[in-house]
Amino acid sequence: MKPYSYQRAEDVDGAVAALVEQPNAKFLAGGTNLVDLMKLGVEEPDALVDVRRLTSDHVEDLDDGGLRIGAAVPNSVLAADRKIRTRYPALSQALLAGASGQLRNLATTGGNLLQRTRCVYWQDVTTPCNKREPGSGCSAIEGHNKNHAILGASEHCVATHPSDMAVAMYALDAFVVVHGPDGERRFPIEELHRLPGDEPQRDTTLEHGELITAVDLPPLDLAANSKYRKVRERASYAFALVSVAAALDVEDGVVRDVRIALGGVAHKPWRATKAEEALRGEPANEANFHAAADIELEDAQPLRDNAFKIPLARNIIARTLLDLSEER
Amino acid sequence: MSTTTRTTGGAIGASLDRIDGPQKVTGTAPYAYEHHVDNPLYLFPIRSEIARGRVTGIDASAAEALPGMVTVITHENAPQLADTSDRELAILQSDEVAFRGQYIGAVIAETFEVARHAAGLVEVSYDEEPHEAELRENDSDLYTPEQLNAGFPTDTEEGDVDEAFSSAAVTLDERYTTPMEHNNPMEPHTTIALWETGNLTLYESTQGAHPVQRTVAQVFGLDRNRVRVVAPYVGGGFGSKGLPHANTILAALAARMIEGRPVKFALTRQQMFTGVGYRTPTIQRIQLGADEEGHLTAIDHDVIEQTSKIKEFAEQTAVATRSLYATQSRRTTHRLAALDVPVPSWMRAPGEAPGMYALEAAMDEMAIACNLDPIEFRIRNEPEIDAETGLPYSSRNLVACLREGAKRFGWKDRDPSPRARQEGRWLVGTGVASSTYPVFRLPGSRATIRYEGDGRYAVEIGAADIGTGAWTALIQISADAIGVSIEDINLRIGDTTFPFASVAGGSSGITVWGSAIFEAARVFRERHGENPSEGDEVQARTPDNPETENYAMHAFGAYFVEARVDVDTCEVRVPRMAGVFAVGRIINAKTARSQFIGGMTMGLSMALHEESLVDGRFGHVVNHDFAEYHIPTNADVGTMDISWIDEDDPYVNPMGSKGIGEIGIVGSAAAVANAVHHATGVRVRDLPITPDKLLR
Amino acid sequence: MDAEITLHVDGAEHRLTVDTRTTLLDALREHLEIISPKKGCDHGQCGACTVLLDGRRANSCLALAVAHDGTEIVTAGGLAENGDLHPMQRSFIEHDGFQCGYCTPGQIVSAVGMLEEVRAGWPSHVTEDLNVEEIVLDDDEIRERMSGNLCRCAAYANIVPAIREGSER
Repeated sequence: MKPYSYQRAEDVDGAVAALVEQPNAKFLAGGTNLVDLMKLGVEEPDALVDVRRLTSDHVEDLDDGGLRIGAAVPNSVLAADRKIRTRYPALSQALLAGASGQLRNLATTGGNLLQRTRCVYWQDVTTPCNKREPGSGCSAIEGHNKNHAILGASEHCVATHPSDMAVAMYALDAFVVVHGPDGERRFPIEELHRLPGDEPQRDTTLEHGELITAVDLPPLDLAANSKYRKVRERASYAFALVSVAAALDVEDGVVRDVRIALGGVAHKPWRATKAEEALRGEPANEANFHAAADIELEDAQPLRDNAFKIPLARNIIARTLLDLSEER
Repeated sequence: MSTTTRTTGGAIGASLDRIDGPQKVTGTAPYAYEHHVDNPLYLFPIRSEIARGRVTGIDASAAEALPGMVTVITHENAPQLADTSDRELAILQSDEVAFRGQYIGAVIAETFEVARHAAGLVEVSYDEEPHEAELRENDSDLYTPEQLNAGFPTDTEEGDVDEAFSSAAVTLDERYTTPMEHNNPMEPHTTIALWETGNLTLYESTQGAHPVQRTVAQVFGLDRNRVRVVAPYVGGGFGSKGLPHANTILAALAARMIEGRPVKFALTRQQMFTGVGYRTPTIQRIQLGADEEGHLTAIDHDVIEQTSKIKEFAEQTAVATRSLYATQSRRTTHRLAALDVPVPSWMRAPGEAPGMYALEAAMDEMAIACNLDPIEFRIRNEPEIDAETGLPYSSRNLVACLREGAKRFGWKDRDPSPRARQEGRWLVGTGVASSTYPVFRLPGSRATIRYEGDGRYAVEIGAADIGTGAWTALIQISADAIGVSIEDINLRIGDTTFPFASVAGGSSGITVWGSAIFEAARVFRERHGENPSEGDEVQARTPDNPETENYAMHAFGAYFVEARVDVDTCEVRVPRMAGVFAVGRIINAKTARSQFIGGMTMGLSMALHEESLVDGRFGHVVNHDFAEYHIPTNADVGTMDISWIDEDDPYVNPMGSKGIGEIGIVGSAAAVANAVHHATGVRVRDLPITPDKLLR
Repeated sequence: MDAEITLHVDGAEHRLTVDTRTTLLDALREHLEIISPKKGCDHGQCGACTVLLDGRRANSCLALAVAHDGTEIVTAGGLAENGDLHPMQRSFIEHDGFQCGYCTPGQIVSAVGMLEEVRAGWPSHVTEDLNVEEIVLDDDEIRERMSGNLCRCAAYANIVPAIREGSER
């Protein structure tokens, strides 16, 4: 880890300005991922700008009936928030399925969205990796790739996004609020993360100096009937093999509306829009749920070690939707 | 004769709280890195980024320019070692690279932060040669080692196996594999090394202070008395800290260059996956033949495993197969591939753990093939004597363990058909397996007993407590041996200042250290009577046990496991395990129980989680941390029902104890695997059993 | 680059100068010689370094010391008051909730922090009803909530009853 300067900015504008001035500076929030990666030599900032105390650490009501989650809200506090638990249970469940109690106390909402991949080659500076060193090659494509992507990957990168929280937020149509050198912008969370394409070094669409200040959850009635299902090799404290966040509205046995997002399958949380479209207006039954999953997974391209993710994703999409239709 | 001396004091067998409990629960017990030393320096290693070849250049100029830097040590400036015959330990003596991750240098700095940064700035160039780092079944260079770890013969054969197999009514011929695994004690391998006026002090995380002293003295060409090793508390080892590894030599080498200043070196978790030993991967073929009644007529167990090109370690994988069951014919073989990899070493029950996974999974399959309950099948093949030595057992209560466990677990009405029970979305199954572990007796340990007045006795022996509870158990043993209460014992261990103690390994600690204490107590009373004077002292050695000529000595056990497999995801969970043990006399019921649950959970871990993934292109383990190399969390472990048979074995040692550190893991993985098969109908023969292998 | 910070550890105030790269864990262990928090992985993957940070359990290995200037830290050493062990510590001894002891201080601090989370009504991954008012701390809840603390000796089956009884004292 090379030496770096540390500063606490006075406010969000000051933090943004500090980053703009220093091309190799990084925002520091909970540190649970950034400090980890700095120790590995994967991240090597010259300066850290501490933003942990700058943004809101509260969940507030929005005028439209939605909720605004301050970027500094710890994962543990967000999971326990009564409004989240009642109105957006999939988000609580996703958070509670992630990391450990002590990590959730440190990790923040903004930082969680910017978690970087767990690809073992990316984390090991002694092996080639296009994400870490563009042009050096992808070690995972022909290496150990059980945990890698089956959807949306490129010949340059097959890494997956590790967040549980973000998967739920994708399914809940969340918006991200960002402050940058040019002021504030707010956009659908789907536009935050990228597929690797030929620029795998870029995880997100954020420009240098842009700081996530909040995540907005829009009012969404079916979110109250939402669920997060995570499949992992340990019973706890492990990254997902595959996960699914879903929300379902069934009336008279017919799917009126549905949201589905997948984790562990792609470079970003994967919104299963094809499956959603296939289900709207159709009878809510196991066969249709499976069929919709199949449509979504049609384009899946397994690697040497991860073909199992296709039946796994199919099974948990269907099971989660069945659970949601039974619970209603 | 010492073996007939029985104790009546009652300290042995008591369920005593650990005497070091208060220090451990407050975190004030000092582990190796935590001893106070003045003005320490910090070491960060430089490790090879190729798997085979030569270092052709090292540019440390950028590192050396950092403020806070002290020195960079490489093969170009390292002190010469006196003895380089052990190539694992002969580091920085040449430009040769034998595996990826090998120490090729180190940075020493005033702070840990500077040392770590500087190590990353050292530029190394290599002349790289082709390497082979993956174990392959069809490797044409497989060879036959002269003997196996612990001195076991490489191959054995009795009767005509091929004939018996071909004429058997029921046969099985299957291949089982176990992956590379790493010990990963919670406390990483750690050394503080300090040279002062030609004397070397090592605060070391080790299972044996004296073995480290002897090895280090030899490697550096020193008189043993010039090396002191201190290890009062050790954060686990499971075998990896049984022998000194290159990290200890590296710290000592670096400290030698900076006389008078202590050098601290703790491996990072990532570094723990190279150079401190590991369990070799195994490829095992098992053939079983049986008659119509389910009596085994042929057992063949053939093992392929790996070692390092720089030093041979030949694990005794099929050794338990040589005696566990009765058969007319039997063959066991071991073949090795020597690879460009770090040296494999001991990991909890080396040999028995992977070997008994394969054998006990095969026994389960064979029971099904013979249409017999797996417990009944095992009982039907219970031997009269130890087939390996031809001797009777000093005590053997495997059948009692199986029967008692069946009762406790509720085995009686088990429907043997696989994939026949479902509760909600969980497929439910149960499995059983046997366990066995030999009673090892290592030579040379000594204990001193000194009367310190006021009714108190000092007991000194350089033994290590790596979590086993030796601090407590040796006090209990001392109290009964001397005939006083435990409050009257001042136990001193974990330091080469005290008399020689062999390694805490092979489940032998209590047998040999306890025997030495008993012998010292006997001699003490002989010389100084019941009313000694202050300062009266005796030192004695672990006596030979002549009964080892007359009896085969083994511990036994049986496991019962319930496994649940999610029908949608094939996630495997184990809500309950039961273990019944026949291990002679229990010294401390409380700490013994912990040994058993620890071993069984490590077996569960072996069955479901652990796997070091080597990327052959690079030659190293890529999942080298606790996020990717899974060991069980609290949520992965359910209820553990632990019990033991009252076993009176007058032959093993004065305590009547057989050693319990390792038996808990032996066969435990098989019981889990057998339960998973019963739940799902899918037989996964390649550990670990992860969802990808079960998903259809 | 160095920074001067203040840490309140186990009731005592410490002024110290740290490298901006120094973690809270290393500041405690190497600067203050407070050895209760242990370094098991240094990457937030084992929990041995767990301390209470302003009352909440956290991995001190991933917290930069400079970023936690002024914070209140409790280690396992600080749980014992005036030499009297904390009830949770006594329960761990009685139930033999450890073997080698290296993960133990982290386990115990984590357990104490976890109980506060339960009292606050925070649900866990295994809480059946997310909207329940009061958490019933059964064994499965303990297991899940304590899963951020790895124990290679695998004392889990003893840690669970140790916490169950320790929480009732």
